[in-house]
Amino acid sequence: MQALYAQLLVGLINGSFYALLSLGLAVIFGMLNIINFAHGALYMMGAFCAYFLLHLTGIGYWWALIIAPIVVGIFGMILERTMLQWLAGLDHLYGLLLTFGIALIVQGVFQNYFGSSGLPYAIPDYPEVGGFRGLQGGMNLGFMFLPIYRGWVVVFSLVVCLATWFLIEKTRLGANLRAATENPTLVRAFGINVPRMITLTYGLGVGLAALAGVLSAPINQVRPLMGADLIIVVFAVVVIGGMGSIMGSIITGFALGVIEGLTKYFYPEASNTVVFVLMVLVLLVKPTGLTGRAA
Amino acid sequence: MKHRISALFLGTALALAAGSAVAQDKTVKIGVLTDNSGLYSDLGGAGSTVAAQMAVEDSGLAAKGWKIDIVSADHQNKPDIGTTVARQWIDVDKVDIFVDVLNSGVALAVNNLVKEKNAIMINTGAATSDLTNTQCSPNTIHWVYDTYMLANSTGQALVKAGGDTWYFLTADYAFGHALERDTSAVVVKSGGKVIGTVRHPLNSSDFSSFLLQAQASKAKIIGMANAGGDTTNTIKQAAEFGIVSGGQKLAGLLLFINDVHSLGLKVAQGLNFTETFYWDLNDGTRAFSKRFSERMKNKAMPSMVQAGVYSGLIHYFKTIDAMGGNPHDGVKVVAKMKETPTDDPLFGKGTIRADGRKLHPAYLFEVKKPSESKGPWDYYKLIGTTPGEQAFRPLSESACPLVKK
Repeated sequence: MQALYAQLLVGLINGSFYALLSLGLAVIFGMLNIINFAHGALYMMGAFCAYFLLHLTGIGYWWALIIAPIVVGIFGMILERTMLQWLAGLDHLYGLLLTFGIALIVQGVFQNYFGSSGLPYAIPDYPEVGGFRGLQGGMNLGFMFLPIYRGWVVVFSLVVCLATWFLIEKTRLGANLRAATENPTLVRAFGINVPRMITLTYGLGVGLAALAGVLSAPINQVRPLMGADLIIVVFAVVVIGGMGSIMGSIITGFALGVIEGLTKYFYPEASNTVVFVLMVLVLLVKPTGLTGRAA
Repeated sequence: MKHRISALFLGTALALAAGSAVAQDKTVKIGVLTDNSGLYSDLGGAGSTVAAQMAVEDSGLAAKGWKIDIVSADHQNKPDIGTTVARQWIDVDKVDIFVDVLNSGVALAVNNLVKEKNAIMINTGAATSDLTNTQCSPNTIHWVYDTYMLANSTGQALVKAGGDTWYFLTADYAFGHALERDTSAVVVKSGGKVIGTVRHPLNSSDFSSFLLQAQASKAKIIGMANAGGDTTNTIKQAAEFGIVSGGQKLAGLLLFINDVHSLGLKVAQGLNFTETFYWDLNDGTRAFSKRFSERMKNKAMPSMVQAGVYSGLIHYFKTIDAMGGNPHDGVKVVAKMKETPTDDPLFGKGTIRADGRKLHPAYLFEVKKPSESKGPWDYYKLIGTTPGEQAFRPLSESACPLVKK
């Protein structure tokens, strides 16, 4: 039973990454109607950005949490301005192919220069508060040893997810954004710069991916293919949650992390496939996803 | 009568001409079949092609009128893709010899094909010891290491040091299973006990669930029967979950220099594992490795897989040069290679056994502490050497039909 609690908690940790990444995808799909296959590559760039900040300029983890999403977000906005915006109104397939191509190029370039085994990035050891050195070490919860860093990941991503949801669903800016998706011509008539808003939204989605990348750098190796391995699962999460649904992708992300964790405990061989089995089941029963609206 | 004699002469002359044409065929095509883009691409990948090119240049065969081509392809760690490429290479591109072929699943599939088509495979990348046991072939030489040797060297050393209860974390495919099987056998034979195992899919990114299960087992040793990115992530996350500080010891059954480089010494220090090549062993290995790393984009030192590609090809070139030409007959060339003792600056003197097993010493290393290292790539301390004859599976235990008993 104790082992089960531990697996549930571990599942929640993985779920945080799924949630952050699928949230970014959902924002981009919901507002731009683009299936962003470059998301995994951008997540990877976030992690690499943190690595470069530390090893080239000495800027540590805490600043990387802010700087990396901005840098990668700007890169994303350049992509949107120079390439993606021309695909607006075309079939989804074009956006998918373009972003997939971008992902392959970005990963290829990184792999060429940094190899596939990746680079080390340590858990931050500052500031020192009381007995804790940064986020290093862990605490014994009785049923498991919880690394402090993992706990931080869960709390932090939950906060970021909810803040994003709030921004899009509850603020005036979010309302404009949603209106722009529904009827861009009319929103423009109100004097709102729709193209700029779309660019910023893409930047936000990309920034979320980069943020997840920074969060995962101390846990996983900083590897060029770290995103490619993850992105397929995240797409399944988005499909299960319902394309474009903000809250749906957050909840599904956490829930699937937990389900995957349980599978790792009861039948580890299937842990890579369980998400896809669920995806098939959901698509059969409710093709719009768990929280999706009918198109 | 006159006509008959002249016909006879003509026939003989033609036969002779044809005969000498075969003997003088000095073309060779080398196929580097490897993982060029996935989790094992640092171990083989582009570096294996570089090693093959260096072997061609160093062999001096071009000056003797040989024409040697190298082709390379990515098998993406999928046996079906590997065999499709291999089939095309043999049938259409006339590839004579396969090198690298890492990933045990791919290697076993290609092994069958190479035998069927009478080509040659010098396998320097795959780990499974089945390649020279039940699946042995007169066309295949297993060059660098295998699961039996790794188990024998690392496993025995750890049990002797008091690690008598084991829990395995195993990559769920041919390689992981073979490594787990061979290591379990050594552990049990040396008086230890295997108390559990968990099998994870190849190329997982999160190991915390598996590590928690290993932690709960209270085994003294957690044997990692996986490789590449899977191993580095396991080690990194084990540190995070306080497994080593909790008194359990991680056993890296298959680790490469690239893995240690990517982990950094702070995380990797103190790990024990076995390799058959390290760049800083002697002048010969240092000279080769320096030249090799200058040609690599990321300036990496050679892994034992890449070093094996060089060493295997050097021996192959020596053999066909001595034969005077390329007979394009895998069984014949491999038989000749087995007769000839091997000698190169990377693996030293060695032999190739009837079952296709190349013999050379196995080195037990310990990863240095950050304070002991002089800089990048200075990572290993040599703590034990097992001679080739003792490191690998003895022929008396072999199930290979090529071994006469």
